[in-house]
Amino acid sequence: MAVETRNMRKFLNDPSQVVKESLAGLAAAHSDLVRYDAAAQIIVRKDAPKRGKVALISGGGSGHEPLHGGFVGMGMLDAAAPGEVFTSPVPAQMLAATKAVDGGAGVVHIVKNYTGDVLNFKLAAEDAADEGIKVTSVVIDDDVAVQDSLYTAGRRGVGATVLAEKIAGAAAESGGDLTTVTDAVKRVNDRARSFGVALSSCVPPASGKVIFELPEGEIELGIGIHGEPGRRRAALGTASEVVDVMVEAVVSDLKAKRGSKVLVFVNGMGGTPLLELYLVYGEVDKKLRKAGLEPVRNLVGSYITSLEMAGASLTVLELDEELIKLWDAPVHTPALRWGV
Amino acid sequence: MDAATITSWMREINVVVRAERDHLVQLDAAIGDGDHGTNMVRGFEAVDLAIKGAVEADGGAPPGKLLILAGRTLVSTVGGASGPLWGSALRSGGRVLGDQPNFGGGQLVEVLAAALASVKDLGTASVGDKTMVDALEPAVETLRARLAEGVALDRALEDAASAAETGMRATIPIQARKGRASYLGERSVGHQDPGATSTALIVRALQKAVGQGS
Repeated sequence: MAVETRNMRKFLNDPSQVVKESLAGLAAAHSDLVRYDAAAQIIVRKDAPKRGKVALISGGGSGHEPLHGGFVGMGMLDAAAPGEVFTSPVPAQMLAATKAVDGGAGVVHIVKNYTGDVLNFKLAAEDAADEGIKVTSVVIDDDVAVQDSLYTAGRRGVGATVLAEKIAGAAAESGGDLTTVTDAVKRVNDRARSFGVALSSCVPPASGKVIFELPEGEIELGIGIHGEPGRRRAALGTASEVVDVMVEAVVSDLKAKRGSKVLVFVNGMGGTPLLELYLVYGEVDKKLRKAGLEPVRNLVGSYITSLEMAGASLTVLELDEELIKLWDAPVHTPALRWGV
Repeated sequence: MDAATITSWMREINVVVRAERDHLVQLDAAIGDGDHGTNMVRGFEAVDLAIKGAVEADGGAPPGKLLILAGRTLVSTVGGASGPLWGSALRSGGRVLGDQPNFGGGQLVEVLAAALASVKDLGTASVGDKTMVDALEPAVETLRARLAEGVALDRALEDAASAAETGMRATIPIQARKGRASYLGERSVGHQDPGATSTALIVRALQKAVGQGS
């Protein structure tokens, strides 16, 4: 099938098979770490289920790679349930993932706060409970661009998801029980805030069209991870000016104590090169220090993306000694690897 | 009305969401993420197949069971918010009919009311939040009222479908308070809600299906 439109040149065989073919490729590339259950459309840690270990699963729409399939492995997720592009998976996927990884100690569902994800995970958790599996769910909602009020669906789950998966994954790997691991996810969500900026839209393979048109010289502030427009449009300033907006939004909402140690996550949206992401990191680091915070750990790269969108998000997590220890613990997944 | 009514309702939905797919995608791209048309087509294609299969395998499947099958199929194929919402809606509606082979206008109202109740419960949305409830609730209320006035079913369904379309258009000036469009705040004003739009299509499909049967 020829796949080219005015707005799109993508590596595709058949747009309706893009997720399945990508998952098969992920498993082929990392067969030492994960396996792909094509019938259930889930990515499962190779050695799951691990007897006695609390298991973690997450899932959501595809198009955010490496999230979540790239984070399955030692010290992070036990399984991922990827839906169609930007569409939450169906309950049967999460149920299959839950059953595939349950080692008897319970399963934690990490859910990003989008109506579809929340509803489908809720149905899956009910089914799993019916089958006698202990399941806890934590909803991640760290995006400060959305007001958490009666007038919205609440804040979106964005960058903190990656940090929660790493930190809670370490807690589970070191033998933490279901309550401990669940609390680790909650602590990360409580102490992290994010804000994203788009320099371009993106093109879902099914439609072949950009989600929004961005006039020259303008950017979208306060975006999520689905190519959707943000809270407002603004003139494109210098990197320093754009980072000012991001840092101010995150820091004023996080309200961390002066002198706090923080983890800084500068995330690319898919179409912004590392050249620019490090430039952004440099600006963020300076401005956070000026604001009285001490960046002691960081993650720079494209880890929770919106297809080929150009842009970046900033997540700041206030740390304590235990969170630092869990962050530093070994991890071995397709997309994150250290200490092994 | 009977199982054939449900079969042709689902077939009509499949036809219309396919025809309106690009329109739904466009509406969703403006205030959501542009996948609503694709998701509805995937879901109702699967529903149409599942119902054909059930009718062939078991020609006597009652209408309530077909609705439950349709709902289950949507939950297991659509994803997103519309999968669980329409899935639960049709399952709740189907349960109202139990195993009975036929149903009348009064029971059709109860089927749709049960569907509405499950959407409102699961989605915690009310009229005015700029969601599918804005189209579904006026349709149910109109159908109930018109039948109570003694209007014939065909005519009452025509009015219910019009009420859904009026509710759908009424979402344009309001700010979304639920679902993904709510992230946009004031920027959601001026756009017709895609969920209300597909809901109006689904009610219109019901009017056509019942019209064909009579």
